[in-house]
Amino acid sequence: MHILEGEGVTKFFGGLAAVANVDFHIDQGEIAGLIGPNGSGKTTLFNLISAALVPKPGVIRFKGENITGKKPHQICRMGVARTFQTVKVFANMPVIENVRLGSLFGTSTGTSSADAAREATQLLEFVGLSAVSATPARDLTLANQKRLEVARALATKPELLLLDELMAGLNPTEVAQAMELVTRIRDEGITIFMIEHVMKAIMSVCDRIMVLHHGEKIAEGTPKEIATSKKVIEVYLGE
Amino acid sequence: MNTTALTSKRFLVPGLLLVIFIALATLPLYGSLYTVILLTAILMYIIITVSWVMFSGPTGYISLASAAFFGVGIYTSAILLPNTGAVLPLLAVVVLGGFISFILALLIGALTLRLRGIYFAIFTFGLLVLLQQLLLYWEIEITGTRGRYIILIDNDVIFYIMLAIFAVLMLTVYFIRRSKFGLALQSIGENEEAAAHIGVNTTIVKVITFAISAFFMGAAGAIIATRWTYIDPYIAFNPLFSFLPVLMAIFGGMGQLYGPVIGAAVFAYLEETLLTKFPYYYMLLFGIILVVVILYLPNGVVGLVQKLWRRISGGQRAHT
Repeated sequence: MHILEGEGVTKFFGGLAAVANVDFHIDQGEIAGLIGPNGSGKTTLFNLISAALVPKPGVIRFKGENITGKKPHQICRMGVARTFQTVKVFANMPVIENVRLGSLFGTSTGTSSADAAREATQLLEFVGLSAVSATPARDLTLANQKRLEVARALATKPELLLLDELMAGLNPTEVAQAMELVTRIRDEGITIFMIEHVMKAIMSVCDRIMVLHHGEKIAEGTPKEIATSKKVIEVYLGE
Repeated sequence: MNTTALTSKRFLVPGLLLVIFIALATLPLYGSLYTVILLTAILMYIIITVSWVMFSGPTGYISLASAAFFGVGIYTSAILLPNTGAVLPLLAVVVLGGFISFILALLIGALTLRLRGIYFAIFTFGLLVLLQQLLLYWEIEITGTRGRYIILIDNDVIFYIMLAIFAVLMLTVYFIRRSKFGLALQSIGENEEAAAHIGVNTTIVKVITFAISAFFMGAAGAIIATRWTYIDPYIAFNPLFSFLPVLMAIFGGMGQLYGPVIGAAVFAYLEETLLTKFPYYYMLLFGIILVVVILYLPNGVVGLVQKLWRRISGGQRAHT
């Protein structure tokens, strides 16, 4: 079943089509990857899905329901959470408070204060940040801030999680830990759509990969198909 | 010993607040008329400052519309409490003044809170000038009145109404800070985009807080107008009241709930004393004090006191 579908999704910035007529779908329970050179429209596509931007024209459906034109907080409460390429943690709040906020506001039913605190503690354990739960988020390392964003996103109880360059800027050990975290999230039954530049990571965890170039989708397939696709190699390495 | 220390600490703050409140509430019984009038003015400054901090503190949106909301309250009184005879009871006018400011802030907020930083600040200031000029036009061209006189109200009554507004405001701020709503407000100031993407309805939270803060400014304006007795658009919409709350909040320090309260109180008292003691140099002295505070006390007067306190209590601990 398609948990997320896009039809003819387009976004112009002035005269430039950042995302041009892209059709895509994400299947329930998979880890889907999105790659492409810098400026190819990957983050713009994420912004369109999470409603930071509105596609024009184009339609995006989540679990069959048209979500085009909804507000970001509505999208979140429907079950689509995201992290950011440049981390956007609540820097002056303690780590646990960051996660508790997701829990308090991220669901359509609302969560009691006690439940939110309990969930936040569990999630910090899940991502491995229990030891720093009282630290202000600004004092964490980049890798830990990225994990914090994942925990905060998970606190909103998503069915689909958008990860925007979770591994960028991390050292090899941290990349391995992040990959392990991604698979553990999938094992919890959450569908993942991730943008990544670290090829080793995306090739090994993804079930399916889409490639964007100048805002257009130029290829789609299993990691193996993508790695051997002539078109993709041309885009990345030049002709 | 430990438990007594804990209970005494738990009762210390509410107890102290109660004592201050009772002292204020009984002031007209033992204080001179001058003290009552001075404290009315100080309370008014505190109300405007705390209302400003309620919204601009956590969100980081610098509003310069305070004087507009304050002025709407003043003008509500000017129209409904003319010296020819009150149209509505005093209390109703005060609430109405607040309510009209509330509605105005809802409209303005919905329209402008997508602007950030300097654009928001300038727009809110523009709103003040627009309202001032619109009223001036309306008074001159349509009603044919340049200024309005307001009925005389007993100074004690003015003081008590101001005190009541202050008490309700402090309770409101206290409960907002402790609530889920306050947390949402804080998250907007930390990172608005992230807040929206974890399910916070940022528009609603911002607009409602902006409107609540405007309510208290409007109510304070409505009651202080009866002290001023003569009102015209330039008096009602004086830009000074847009900048003073910002200055007072910085002066006191915005980190704690009582920072702006103490800042506004000291600031207002200082202004009054300098004005009476040094009528010719008061602006100069006042300016110097402000510059020193902004340069050397980034966390305001309260920040300085906290630092000194930590040094003293830390010193005690070192001795034992």
